[in-house]
Amino acid sequence: MDSIYEALVNIVGKEYVSNQPEELYIYSFDLGTAEPCQPQYVVSPRATEHIQGIVRLANKEKIPIVPLGGGLSLAGLAVPLKGGILLDLKRMDSIIEVNENARYAVVECGVSQGQLTSYLEKNYPRLTHSEPGAPPAATLAGNVMIHGQGDLAQPYGFNSDLVNGLEVVLPTGEVCHIGSVAIGAGWFTNHPLPDVGLFLGWCGTTGIITKLSIRLFPCKRIRGVGTFVLEHEDLVPEAVYKLTHTQMAEDIVAFSSAIPPFASELQQITVNIAADSEKELEFKQEILWDDTLGEYIHRGEGAYLGFVRHLQRPQISKTSDYKKGGGFEYVGSIVPIQRYPECYRKGREISERHGIPYTVTGRCVGAGHSMMFAWTFAFNRADPETIIQARKALHETDDLVLQLGGVIWKPGTYGQKLILERLDPGTKELMGKIKRLIDPNGIMNPGNWEVA
Amino acid sequence: MSLADFKYADTIHRCFRCGYCKFPVNWKDVNNCPPYARFRMESYSCGGRLWLTRAWLNDQIKWTEHLAEILYSCTTCKNCVIKCPLRFNVDIVNMVIAARGEMVESGRLPQAVKKFLENIELYGNPYGESRAKRGEWANRMGVEKYHGQEYLLYVGCTGSYDTRAQKAARALAEIMMRAGVSFGVLGPEETCDGNEVYKLGESGLFEVLAENNIQKYKNTGAQKIVTFSPHAYNAMKNYYHEYGGSFEVFHYTQFLHGLIENGKINNLRCPNMKITFHDPCFLGRWNEEYEAPRAILRAVEGVEFTEMGKNKESALCCGGGGGNFQIDLLGGSENSPARRRAREAYETGANVLAVACPKCLVMLNDAVESEELANRLEVLDISEIVIKGLNI
Ligand SMILES: Cc1cc2nc3c(=O)[nH]c(=O)nc-3n(C[C@H](O)[C@H](O)[C@H](O)COP(=O)(O)OP(=O)(O)OC[C@H]3O[C@@H](n4cnc5c(N)ncnc54)[C@H](O)[C@@H]3O)c2cc1C
Repeated sequence: MDSIYEALVNIVGKEYVSNQPEELYIYSFDLGTAEPCQPQYVVSPRATEHIQGIVRLANKEKIPIVPLGGGLSLAGLAVPLKGGILLDLKRMDSIIEVNENARYAVVECGVSQGQLTSYLEKNYPRLTHSEPGAPPAATLAGNVMIHGQGDLAQPYGFNSDLVNGLEVVLPTGEVCHIGSVAIGAGWFTNHPLPDVGLFLGWCGTTGIITKLSIRLFPCKRIRGVGTFVLEHEDLVPEAVYKLTHTQMAEDIVAFSSAIPPFASELQQITVNIAADSEKELEFKQEILWDDTLGEYIHRGEGAYLGFVRHLQRPQISKTSDYKKGGGFEYVGSIVPIQRYPECYRKGREISERHGIPYTVTGRCVGAGHSMMFAWTFAFNRADPETIIQARKALHETDDLVLQLGGVIWKPGTYGQKLILERLDPGTKELMGKIKRLIDPNGIMNPGNWEVA
Repeated sequence: MSLADFKYADTIHRCFRCGYCKFPVNWKDVNNCPPYARFRMESYSCGGRLWLTRAWLNDQIKWTEHLAEILYSCTTCKNCVIKCPLRFNVDIVNMVIAARGEMVESGRLPQAVKKFLENIELYGNPYGESRAKRGEWANRMGVEKYHGQEYLLYVGCTGSYDTRAQKAARALAEIMMRAGVSFGVLGPEETCDGNEVYKLGESGLFEVLAENNIQKYKNTGAQKIVTFSPHAYNAMKNYYHEYGGSFEVFHYTQFLHGLIENGKINNLRCPNMKITFHDPCFLGRWNEEYEAPRAILRAVEGVEFTEMGKNKESALCCGGGGGNFQIDLLGGSENSPARRRAREAYETGANVLAVACPKCLVMLNDAVESEELANRLEVLDISEIVIKGLNI
């Protein structure tokens, strides 16, 4: 008899534990190019206490635990690299509170982006959150865990900057709270207590987020997206800088792709605009398109392509179905916006070298403070050779990010290694100390951020 | 069979597993795929099923009873087809059916599926009840045997044998008689329409059923068929023509709506009914008929109609499709789709949950009882609401 299995059943109930080949197979995969690794158990907890019990068991048995949200981060970050217990957190899916006046929502870790958007649309139409372009099954916790960015990143920054508080199960099983909630004062702010933010960006290697409070923002009555096209990549940083100066845009995204061929080499900029009235919309459109970008039109360097009302729900990148292949992965980076032209040119070279049509995207984070720039590589899931090609291209791009003076966003193990090689020794040592102290048995998502 | 021989060998790897297929149209939750809602493990999601099928055909995993149960837990409700944004979406359910077909071919089936198919073959119904009893639901009603009347009323297995569904079948027959419709039934000569057999992957048996039924209908001269069940409606409307059966097929809600429109049924009154409606998958998502049942309910004076949050193409399946009404791989939990759906209906504040399918009727009726809501939420077939409306 498998005693770990029995113990897990005692914690969450038989239906929510599996050690059968079908579940072990499915949970061994990431959707990108990462090599599959099988867990020994898959568990789907429903409560913080379940997670505490599982963590304590894992410490006793010295078996790894890998938390999984939507599993959509595409860099193998929730692949059980060293086996162990795969913790599927999606059953923890209650929206606990929405505070309309203080504009925040408290959710359990399995709440998906789509679920929160739908809930707000129905119950609080004047509020919205910064939703990433990821498929709506992505969880809020998974997203802040990797410092994701949503469609309000331009005015408000990374989603992990919008966290108002956390409940975390520590690697040794205790529960702790971060932010105002830690003194029972509600979930409305992350400050001003001493900073013990040891969790965001750590990919679950320092604890499991069970609840989080995320900031919400005014949702104006009219929201839509306008598109502008520039003929040359060198023009993008200045145009984005000017757009951010207006403080009238929500999302600002620049992109270029080889498909469709007629638009290849052109740089498109989409700008999300929100307004409560037609008057406000007209005013903003005039400032953005005429006063700010009009000069590019006059010089024959750009064109306004129009404004479409209503924001589209995030669409899974059709890139995955490029040539009916079913797969893609991207390298994301956080870089200064000034680097856009080189990011575009060098990324394109890499794609062309590997015979993959290029797709690049840059989302403005903060008022031009940085940009999340992504290079996407499609592959055919049925053709292992294309997966190898895409993986090579991804690794080359990881190297490129660092050469360009950027930071790899949500790096997989290859990118993490590159970062750790360059990391300030003092910082690395601090990370190691934290990790050894907080996770003495090294059970949390091992293989990721191995500093200890 | 190897992957290369699989009908969808060129397509099945294209599922990215983005998870859109778990949601309803308005993204309210990830519980709109019935097996995923029930088990909440990725293996039971639509993407999980496709990836497992591919792995099985590729010999990366072996056949197990558990694998078969995962594949057979799909109710073929088509939520995934509606939600998947990629171009191969039309084939998602077909891929699952084809994989089941391979299990049928090689005789590796869950026990309950085997029993289901065996019963159909032996008795013409999945209950294993005698053929002779098939017409008993209409005893002493004066329903005529079909002998060339304008319409053949096809009642189906559930309406014929299940005691709860029989009541609704009787209501429908009574309405048709009172409206002066020229119709008859086949009684003991009626046989399963085969929709579920098709969805369970037993295409050979389906072919036999379809051909025999078509022959029978042709011999009796039937040209217009009214089906009580949307499952039968789907089979007869969408598959029978491939076997030479080109009948004019109506789901009974379409037919009743017609009777209301041309004044054959009028003065319907049901005071104090607050009704919400559950769209059956085989009427809604499979055949895009969302309006007829609602139009009937609108025609009943005194009815206050309210929609569930998930309605029409977003409706959560009751969990009874694709043979699951009998093989019951999704039951036994508060997370069973039927119980979730009963709670969703109750949340609307309705006192009647209207259905238009005998399987949904039985599934949701049981679910309302399990949820201990029976004295606050009554599950009624639309035929039963109409008959109540006529009797007042
Ligand atoms: C088409 C596409 C578009 C995308 N666009 C964007 C975008 O615009 N912006 C963006 O930010 N991202 C984007 N992404 C990346 C990614 O999908 C999202 O960031 C997503 O929110 C990650 O959440 P998840 O629930 O899928 O996380 P997962 O992949 O499940 O997890 C991410 C990491 O966090 C850990 N983890 C998960 N939950 C917890 C928890 N509760 N406690 C501790 N650790 C945990 C996991 O172990 C893993 O290391 C995109 C992805 C795709 C496929």
